[in-house]
Amino acid sequence: MSTPPVAVVGVGQTHHKSRRLDVSFGGLVREAVFRALDDAQMTLADIDAVVLGKAPDLFEGVMKPELYLSDALGAVGKPMFRVHTAGSVGGTTAIVAASHVQAGKHRTVLAVAFEKQSEGNAQFALGSGKGASLGAGGAFAPFIRAYIQRSGAPEHIGWKVAVKDRLNALKNPYAHLKIEDISIEKVKASPMMWEPTRFLESCPSSDGACAVVITDEAGGNAAAADGRPPAWILGSSSRSEPPSFPGRDPVRPMAALQCAADVYSAAGITDPRRQIDTAELYVPFSWLEPIWLEAFGLAEEGEGWKMVDDGTTELGGALPVNASGGVLSSNPIGASGLLRFAEAANQVRGAAGEHQVDGAKVAIGMAYGANNQYFSTWAVGSSLHPFD
Amino acid sequence: MSAPSTDIAVIGWAQSQMVRHTDKSETQLLMSAITDAITPLGLQRADIDFTCLGSCDYITGQAFSFVSNLDAIGAWPPKRDSHVEMDGAWALYEAWLRLQEGDIEIAVVTGSGRSSTGDPALIYPMEMDPYFLAPLGADPLTFAALQARAVIASGIADERRMAEVAVRARGTGNVESLLAEEFIRQPLRRHDVPPITDGAAAMVLATGDRARQLVERPAYITGFDHRTECHNPSFRALDDSPSTRIAAEAAGLAAAPVEVAELQAAFTHEELLLRSVLGLGDDVTVNASGGALKENPIMASGLCRVGYAADHIFGGGNRALAHSTSGPCLQQNLVCILEGRS
Repeated sequence: MSTPPVAVVGVGQTHHKSRRLDVSFGGLVREAVFRALDDAQMTLADIDAVVLGKAPDLFEGVMKPELYLSDALGAVGKPMFRVHTAGSVGGTTAIVAASHVQAGKHRTVLAVAFEKQSEGNAQFALGSGKGASLGAGGAFAPFIRAYIQRSGAPEHIGWKVAVKDRLNALKNPYAHLKIEDISIEKVKASPMMWEPTRFLESCPSSDGACAVVITDEAGGNAAAADGRPPAWILGSSSRSEPPSFPGRDPVRPMAALQCAADVYSAAGITDPRRQIDTAELYVPFSWLEPIWLEAFGLAEEGEGWKMVDDGTTELGGALPVNASGGVLSSNPIGASGLLRFAEAANQVRGAAGEHQVDGAKVAIGMAYGANNQYFSTWAVGSSLHPFD
Repeated sequence: MSAPSTDIAVIGWAQSQMVRHTDKSETQLLMSAITDAITPLGLQRADIDFTCLGSCDYITGQAFSFVSNLDAIGAWPPKRDSHVEMDGAWALYEAWLRLQEGDIEIAVVTGSGRSSTGDPALIYPMEMDPYFLAPLGADPLTFAALQARAVIASGIADERRMAEVAVRARGTGNVESLLAEEFIRQPLRRHDVPPITDGAAAMVLATGDRARQLVERPAYITGFDHRTECHNPSFRALDDSPSTRIAAEAAGLAAAPVEVAELQAAFTHEELLLRSVLGLGDDVTVNASGGALKENPIMASGLCRVGYAADHIFGGGNRALAHSTSGPCLQQNLVCILEGRS
């Protein structure tokens, strides 16, 4: 890479729940921020700039909340930046924060993302308040049906992803959904929402926040010398494509392919399936796992579902996907992308706790938004040269 | 921290017609603005390596409103792209950071908004602290009037000087007759407040060598910073703007004199306050464009300030300042310094 090395030295998140009635917006973000600062052994005084991401302001009814949250985030007198790139926003927030450091403008930057969905009605806001909204599940169902039709995947693949991610969530103390008795039978018996997506193949609606401390090479090395392994950012990219036109393929979006290519090229990844140890992919509905495995080059086209079927993507498999439980287990929308990036970082830091993937050295975090149009991804490593 | 190692310059910009109301969609406004910005440079949409759009869902009245604007940037093949829920001046800031990574050469940033479709008095209270301030329903005029009182009390402004700012900005009216008008929020009269404007702006940035290939006199960004303050206006000294001062310091304003300043002052007293905080003397031409008092396309207003400052450099000027702001009573402020080179 031509840019100076940048590292993640602190990660924090809230306990995600349907309703965090115990905290204000400010209280919610501070819960994540102070966990991240503690993790980095820093205080707000060490932070030079704050980048805030969240999905539409209409979700909570607070316009440009970075204004009100300046105090809670300790940003007074500092730059406070606000990103919004639909569902991918959490990932883009991390990338923009890293850009502040890469450009040499600041040494240490805090990336924060949140959603407090219980304050409003996300389904209503997704339809721009116009009613009759299909919601995200309705929007993605045709893409899922197209994937199944093209790949010939059997219907139990979606059920398996739903079970795997909920089992993983049982090992993640912050996860929202804890379904102890999750099983294929239970998923199969749950109500059909948007053919072929069933209730238990769908993400929850969560209140939650995530924060990540990003710093320069000296800061990363200092953390490492202190016995607190950083996650080095090996490559990142945000790509977007237009909403709809003949020739666009929302099942295998060009923006996703290019986003993956950007990241792998920067990171020196030539064989993603073998060089990447674990992936946190944005999977709000179960079938998105095989779809993204393929678009991000972790499986050949049409083969992603087989990695689900043979257990490759399970914790303990050859390429665990969403060891944290993923978006299927916690979904504060604006924060969900940053959670993917943060969980990927924790994996290569060896800091993922009970859902740690043994020996993970390289991981990717990925987020997407709108109708499979906005893609943000980063690759992180336990060292700057993990393939040497 | 350190100065940018890569030269980055504004090489062109364009804006839509600025009108009280347009029936065109935001995407249509951006479509024309982007075409008008890149065409004179001999560029096509395919030449753009990075785009960053600035807009606000609450102004547009629709969640994810920026998604359809991808059609205006022509994001096919897909673009490296981002969006800020801030004025286009902050989109410019993100692109400026991104270009410094050195792997790409050309970026387009935009700001866009159609304020005419909503009622500012209903919309703006929603940007306030949702627990303690939003429920009061205080609109932007009310907060601006509170700040105007503080600025007048401190001697930085008076009603006459505010009227003089309005006359100069709009190029119409006379001070005596304006001062005879009724207050709409004391001490603010109609002439002290901004118009409602629909509009969009697009700006093209390029890294050093590419910029010099494309235009004779690029407007180099030599300093760029933005800062925020405490949100609640009642906890702030409203006759000051410390975030503007810090941003100007960090952007290196003091290093050399500027000839022109474009300030995003939507209210007359804001211009007087910002001039004072920035230490701009009478030799500095302020808001020759008319500023936000003449045309105030929310979410594009700050980017237009940078555009007019760049015009000064394109026309042979040496150093110019552009300012943008967000939030109640100038909560958040951005300063961008542009320079020409012989």
